[in-house]
Amino acid sequence: MISQLTVFLQNEKGRLAAACRTIADAGINMHSLFIADTQDFGVVRMLVDQPKKAAEALRAAGYRATITPVTAVRIPNQPGGLAKLLEYMDSQNVNVEYGYCFLAGEEFAIDVLKTDEDIELESKLAEAGFQTVAPEEIYKLD
Amino acid sequence: MYYQPDIETMPVEQLRELQLDRMKRSIAHAYENIPLYRERFAEAGVVPSDLKSLDDLVKFPFLTKQDMRDCYPYGLFAVPSSDVARIHASSGTTGQATVVGHSANDLKNWGDCFARGIYMVGGSRGSVIQVSYGYGLFTGGLGAHAGGEAVGCAVIPTSSGNTKRQIQMMKDLGTDILACTPSYALLIADTAIEMGYDPAKDFKVSGVILGAEPASENMRQEIREKLGVQYCDVYGLSEVMGPGVAMECAESHGLHLAEDHFYAEIVDPETLQPVPDGTYGELVFTTLTRECCPLVRYRTRDVTRIIPEECACGRTHRKIDRIVGRTDDMMIIRGVNVFPSQIEQVITGFPEIATQYQIVLTSNGPLDRIELQVEPVADFPFDEIRKLEDLKARLHAELKSNLQISVDIRIVEPKTIERSEGKAKRIIDMRN
Ligand SMILES: [Zn+2]
Repeated sequence: MISQLTVFLQNEKGRLAAACRTIADAGINMHSLFIADTQDFGVVRMLVDQPKKAAEALRAAGYRATITPVTAVRIPNQPGGLAKLLEYMDSQNVNVEYGYCFLAGEEFAIDVLKTDEDIELESKLAEAGFQTVAPEEIYKLD
Repeated sequence: MYYQPDIETMPVEQLRELQLDRMKRSIAHAYENIPLYRERFAEAGVVPSDLKSLDDLVKFPFLTKQDMRDCYPYGLFAVPSSDVARIHASSGTTGQATVVGHSANDLKNWGDCFARGIYMVGGSRGSVIQVSYGYGLFTGGLGAHAGGEAVGCAVIPTSSGNTKRQIQMMKDLGTDILACTPSYALLIADTAIEMGYDPAKDFKVSGVILGAEPASENMRQEIREKLGVQYCDVYGLSEVMGPGVAMECAESHGLHLAEDHFYAEIVDPETLQPVPDGTYGELVFTTLTRECCPLVRYRTRDVTRIIPEECACGRTHRKIDRIVGRTDDMMIIRGVNVFPSQIEQVITGFPEIATQYQIVLTSNGPLDRIELQVEPVADFPFDEIRKLEDLKARLHAELKSNLQISVDIRIVEPKTIERSEGKAKRIIDMRN
């Protein structure tokens, strides 16, 4: 499982920049960032080096920050890659809360999924032939 | 244990006789020494001798906060300056400040009134009381201080602010009783917890005497649990005296008025007619012993009711319920009367939300818009937006069913809402 850093932010000018600055000032590198926003607040999900340290730095600066376990799967960068993964999830009755993808080089994309089934999912995916991603392949561990 | 057993448990008939006797003298004193009362009584066609029973008081005219402002500075003083021992003033947030003078006897009576509450939370001579109300023109600090001295307590006058030092002293000096505002007591508790203490276990404090701002039952319970204390709600207002006009006994069901010093009426704020016991209305006071600034039928603008029951604690003085709002703090939103305490009551029913909140009123064309800002608690699963949206929806529905108006909910980051070191600023009215 991957440790994703989740930060709750008010929709307010400069708030995201300030949160990113806090992480930067802690000497932590960021690999990806996704924002889900509503009318009055946003939830920012990031993959960063040393996620625990990043969460602590944010909390010390007054943010609501937490670590969320998510599953990351490497998918060939070709049509139908994600569809296949989601169809498999469906067939296993796994509920996907949210997901996002980013490219890792030319050939692969990494799909990150938050599901309601955390522990056994990775081994099931491996059995079904999907390539799950280990944390150290994406970020520096704490 | 009572501070003044013969007064606090006086048989009711005897107490009413005492009140009538003192009321006659107090009204005559006001009439003889303060021109405004002579004018007002003349307009109403009454003279002090028309008061033959306590029921006759309704014939006399009311006095308002505006009258007090108009009489600034010395217009309502009934004694010469040589007999004035101290002058307090209430904040003039909405205009002219009001000043209230106290004679030496007034100050002594004040200390006695507050001292009754110290006994209610189990204090006595030798108890350590920490006064974290602000000292100064505001009556909180010096009122609680006088109560502590009257009992013979060791009084620590920390005043408000510098919360970490307050906590250090509380722990090191073995404070038994803490006196401050409810929001400040909660800030002290939360800060102590953040510092790594469990105040309920680690600190000796066993009673709190809290007042000067509203607190919901849930907030009171939170303070009781976090600090491990008996909660005494203290009522008072600077125009009438200061904290100690009414105090809550260990039964935790209403505040005993100091009826030997104050006569209370509850009236309908619109019609100004007295309402039956048990019905909410505006609290009106006639002072019975005050020498410097005697008041006849002063409209407090505080909304409460008389709790009509004999109290198991043995005190015979009537009880008022906690203040549910102020007639002039009452928000009229789209024609509906709303008290902030009603909103607080709903919020504290949601454990996912921290007790701090803020209400922002704006106008959206001809319509009022009310926004409630709340903070999720630290362990709220905010990664799932669905849960945040669901919380908003449930809070919205609950407020709608309680207040009959639609409140916009805004979830904000923690500590966005300012923690108070004095009175909490709960309402921001930006309507034109
Ligand atoms: Zn009682």
